[in-house]
Amino acid sequence: MAQATVPDTLAQRLQACTACHGKEGRATRDGYFPRIAGKPAGYLYNQLVNFRDGRRRNAAMTHLIEHMSDDYLRQIAEHFATLDLPYPPPKADDAARPGQARGEALVQRGDPTQRVPACVQCHGAAMTGVLPAAPGLLGLPRDYLVAQLGAWRSGQRRANAPDCMAQIALRLSAEDIGAVASWLAAQPVPVDAKAVPASTKPAPMECGSAAR
Amino acid sequence: MSGSRGAWVRGGVVGVALAGLLVALVAWLNVRGEAPIAATSPAVDNSPQTLARGAYLARAGNCAACHTERGGAPYAGGRGIDTPFGTVFASNLTPDAETGIGRWSADHFWRALHHGRSIDGRLLYPAFPYPSYTQVTREDADALFAFLRSQPAVAQANKPHALRFPYNTQAALAVWRALFFRAEAFEPRAERSAQWNRGAYLVQGLGHCVACHSTRNAFGATGDRLDLSGGLIPMQRWYAPSLVGADEASVATWDTQRIADLLRSGTSPHGSVMGPMAEVVFRSTQHLSDEDLQAMAVFLKDLPPQPAAEREEFKPDAELLRRGQVIYDDRCVACHGEQGQGAANAYPPLAGSRKVQMASAVNLVRVVLHGGFAPTTAANPRPYGMPPFGQDLNDAEVAAVVSYLRNAWGNSAPTVSELEVLKLR
Repeated sequence: MAQATVPDTLAQRLQACTACHGKEGRATRDGYFPRIAGKPAGYLYNQLVNFRDGRRRNAAMTHLIEHMSDDYLRQIAEHFATLDLPYPPPKADDAARPGQARGEALVQRGDPTQRVPACVQCHGAAMTGVLPAAPGLLGLPRDYLVAQLGAWRSGQRRANAPDCMAQIALRLSAEDIGAVASWLAAQPVPVDAKAVPASTKPAPMECGSAAR
Repeated sequence: MSGSRGAWVRGGVVGVALAGLLVALVAWLNVRGEAPIAATSPAVDNSPQTLARGAYLARAGNCAACHTERGGAPYAGGRGIDTPFGTVFASNLTPDAETGIGRWSADHFWRALHHGRSIDGRLLYPAFPYPSYTQVTREDADALFAFLRSQPAVAQANKPHALRFPYNTQAALAVWRALFFRAEAFEPRAERSAQWNRGAYLVQGLGHCVACHSTRNAFGATGDRLDLSGGLIPMQRWYAPSLVGADEASVATWDTQRIADLLRSGTSPHGSVMGPMAEVVFRSTQHLSDEDLQAMAVFLKDLPPQPAAEREEFKPDAELLRRGQVIYDDRCVACHGEQGQGAANAYPPLAGSRKVQMASAVNLVRVVLHGGFAPTTAANPRPYGMPPFGQDLNDAEVAAVVSYLRNAWGNSAPTVSELEVLKLR
């Protein structure tokens, strides 16, 4: 029997990605896998390289991409970055969790006594990301956010040095991590959420990922 | 009384003498054939040609795959190789004097590659595949050494191996070597072509194909260097198919170009390399010259084929296959087709596939559970991927769909149980 032909597209090639990250990289139903659609290409590329080179650990991710060239990883990152898909509304129960006020304060203003900068300083005033490599923080499951901040604390997730997020996570208590994650997960994503151009103001910390 | 005591003493003396002889024999077997290390280091040829040749040979031997940690400095070692006896950590091959091979001479390097002994005389674990590398010529060993010496020195201490007793002792390793290892030069066969001999040299030497494509015995030793009859790779839980079995991965009926293309591109009309072989193509064979790939193809094609193994009668459970078909029609059909015919240059055919019907279903189950991509290569820079189904399908569902693949469209192979799937999660 003659073989079928399939579309010669990245979307077709990358069905292995959308199996977990949702249709077209949007999100998933079971609340852990992060959305990748529309995140800055620089951020996605850094994460793919980090998984391949062991700075981030997830057996499923590493298995899928470990024999890929930088060039293909960049194309994959650009493919998902260009997708412009609507976000689902936040889950109602996240807004009901304790620590909402503390979470909002940390995100919007940081905590100078703990030397924690505000999230918005690097991830954008609307928290929708900053080009080229700072991801948006909205539209992500609470469990995923908690797991990432925890992984930075424990060294399971790393980035190129200086690893600013690891330093910040180490300054946050477990309660603060829960508060930040709950508040972020409870926020609706603005219509037309996009990463914004980099600010001309100096960054509060030096970040190894930003330069790439 | 005294006579009997005398017999005991005599017996004891004989026993001690025999034990001493045995120890001496083992010791001798471990160093036989070794030339002494020269007092003055032989000069290292650092010409650009030799360095380029050494770099190429390092690719052919895939040295970096083990001697580079994930994301680590090239050749600085540190990657753990899991074995049934514990973990062996690959060593630092950069020219750092304290932690690498900065104090080694070309003689030391040759002794490691050819005889499996380190600079200090310690016996090396055969996770370092010197039972294959022993066939590498001195000239190639010297080029490899020159290349490694030209790399940036990285101060990174070697990690101690984490092996269980008695495998962590030199004595056990000496006995193992006495039983299973002999340093041997590659002997070209005069009645074969130069191309065939070049292929044999690469496959049996630097290629160390036997390290995976052979069944290891209870002591972790592979078969003869030409025993490429397939085996389950210890700890990695991938099955390296037989390169001689007509029902597995023999290429006796392929034309040599197709074999060479598979090693270069990672794909063929029958499907792509996956798992450990994807790593081999990604890091090693895609970088080899067409001439060498053709030579390997000529040799592999000429391996004496074994006919398909007789199978015991089996009758698949029709209900199991029916459940498998429901899953296939839902999840698999869009890419692999209604008749399991696959899609050209993207998804492999499942109907008539040897990979699908092999006695070992390990690879098939793993690919369904974990998905995967062919390696990116110059010839296949943007491979199509297989999604992982491990989180969507439970063990029973995976067993059903795999059993269905093995018995649909004229395929015929024993079904797979839930337990087999569970073990491969």
